[in-house]
Amino acid sequence: MKNIFKIAVRNLIRYKRRTLLTASLITIGVVFVLVFVSVTGSFKSIMIGEVTDSMLGHLQVHRKGYVASIDSLPLNLNMKPKAYAKMAETLKSSPDVEAFSPRLKFGGMFSNFTETTSIRINGIYPDREFQTVPLLTSRISEGKKTISRGEIMIPLLLARGLKIKIGDAVVVVATNVDGSVNGKQFIVSGILESATGPGGRDGYVHIEDAAEVLRMTELEVSEVAVRLKDFNHLHPVMQQLEGKIAAELNKEGKPLFEVHSWEQLSPFFNIAKMIDVMTFFIKIMLIAIVLISIMNVMIMAVFERIREIGTIAAIGTLPGKIRSMFIIEGLCLGVVGTVIGDIIGGIIILIINLTGIRYNFGRQELLLHADILPADVLTISIIVIIVAVAASLQPAIKASKMEPIEALRHV
Amino acid sequence: MALIKAKNISKDYQTEDVVVHALQEVNFEIEPASFVSFVGPSGSGKTTILNIIGCLDKPSAGELMVADTEVALLGRKESASFRGKHLGFIFQDFNLIPVLTVYENIEYPLIMVQNIEPAERRERISRMLVSVGMKDQGDKYPQQISGGQKQRVAVARALVTHPALVLADEPTANLDSQTAYAVIGLMKKMRDDFGTTFIFSTHDTKIVGEAEVIFRLEDGKLKAKEIKGGIKQ
Repeated sequence: MKNIFKIAVRNLIRYKRRTLLTASLITIGVVFVLVFVSVTGSFKSIMIGEVTDSMLGHLQVHRKGYVASIDSLPLNLNMKPKAYAKMAETLKSSPDVEAFSPRLKFGGMFSNFTETTSIRINGIYPDREFQTVPLLTSRISEGKKTISRGEIMIPLLLARGLKIKIGDAVVVVATNVDGSVNGKQFIVSGILESATGPGGRDGYVHIEDAAEVLRMTELEVSEVAVRLKDFNHLHPVMQQLEGKIAAELNKEGKPLFEVHSWEQLSPFFNIAKMIDVMTFFIKIMLIAIVLISIMNVMIMAVFERIREIGTIAAIGTLPGKIRSMFIIEGLCLGVVGTVIGDIIGGIIILIINLTGIRYNFGRQELLLHADILPADVLTISIIVIIVAVAASLQPAIKASKMEPIEALRHV
Repeated sequence: MALIKAKNISKDYQTEDVVVHALQEVNFEIEPASFVSFVGPSGSGKTTILNIIGCLDKPSAGELMVADTEVALLGRKESASFRGKHLGFIFQDFNLIPVLTVYENIEYPLIMVQNIEPAERRERISRMLVSVGMKDQGDKYPQQISGGQKQRVAVARALVTHPALVLADEPTANLDSQTAYAVIGLMKKMRDDFGTTFIFSTHDTKIVGEAEVIFRLEDGKLKAKEIKGGIKQ
């Protein structure tokens, strides 16, 4: 095997320019894919982080049917205190759950006493909410990083539109579940920048204030946002939770709760999917580049060395060894191109991170941190090398099947 | 006992319009350690007979025993193995592997064909390099040596596996006459040293005289067998 490698490497060195060009093509392809995967991957994870950690949480639990009418924030589909207590028990007992936050949500009117507009109010326990969606505090551009009773955090959109400042008094008016209207005055304690998605009109108040606005005698909960200890275990944990809560039935014997992941709740998931599709096609392009370039080189190599093939076959070299020689040439080209590509790709990723590229997401400026997992580098490298070997197969088989007498006659 | 026995060997080639009878019912026997030449004009069938003996081609009819093996019945892989084990080849254009040094070219069949242990390999190659007068040229690449030296390396490569038979198709065609004589002399010496049978084809009348047994071919027919010192029809 060592000698087959020696011959393969020397044959590659023999056609320096061609080897260099082919290896360069593979290198460029690998670099492009690595940089693309790292940049889009980091963009995706930052975006997902923003969506889950500043707004949605990793998972959400609702009363069955709530999500189907989530746009109208139906008060009649809130969880009753007993139901929420059961749910809270289940979440507390799960070792995969880091934190969870009950929310009481409703739509209402928001007024600064001169102008009025609509608002979506999220009644929260501040400490639990900030544990569940820790980036929420980073969205608070002005004011306190918490909410006390009687205070409200309003979105920047409304603050600008209605020219409201920190400390101003505002009124929230809402229709409660029996159809009567109630209002409550709040002091603006914070202004929130919006994240992507339906967060542009979301205000936050203490959950007990929200219950007071809605004249609830017992605290009901619209949704429970859940933060997991390991985001990578999202789907298995979700399945576990679904299994646990499936046992909770209403009076009609139907499931009481439903669990949704952030993917089912945020339109950003489609963008993430598009990034995955683009990455997939970029990888296909890389495979095509490697396949065509190596196959082309190896076909040329076989054609140029027909007499040599005839000679070694006449001497008694078995077809399998002749096949190996050409496959190993392809393998060496693939390995060299890939390794150089990995190194250059790594350097470019490092440069991107050192340069500190910033971009806007919603109203937030984010720092691009290009990152790629060693497993991804390994996967891409292995794919390229396998494709390089596969591309050499046809020319190698052709070489091994040559009749020595015809090969020796070749001019 | 004869090393090669050919009985009614014929070889036909089908071209677009006609069938070419390259060999027609050729019969001959070659003894071990003999120095044999097939001679004849171009198209007489010299190369064809060498190719058939060398298991590179198969006869259309007839029987051919080489080293007690009916070579016409061998499959592709078996032919390759047989060639690797029993035969050595010397080509008109030397056909050395350009990416390997002189040493590595001689070593090639020992590694890639016969899988000989490193120590024995080194010993055999050193002996061959000395025998063919290329002792100090082992590190050179084929493009760095002359035509005569290349053919010496080819002789060494053919003999290093200790074959029973070495086939050389026009081994001197690309050499000047002085080098050609030197190469034929070397082949003869190798025959004497190693007891290997040499069969070569040539159309060079001066070189023919060096052979001890000469088979004269004409239009695919064996016209005469000459043994040095007399003619046998």
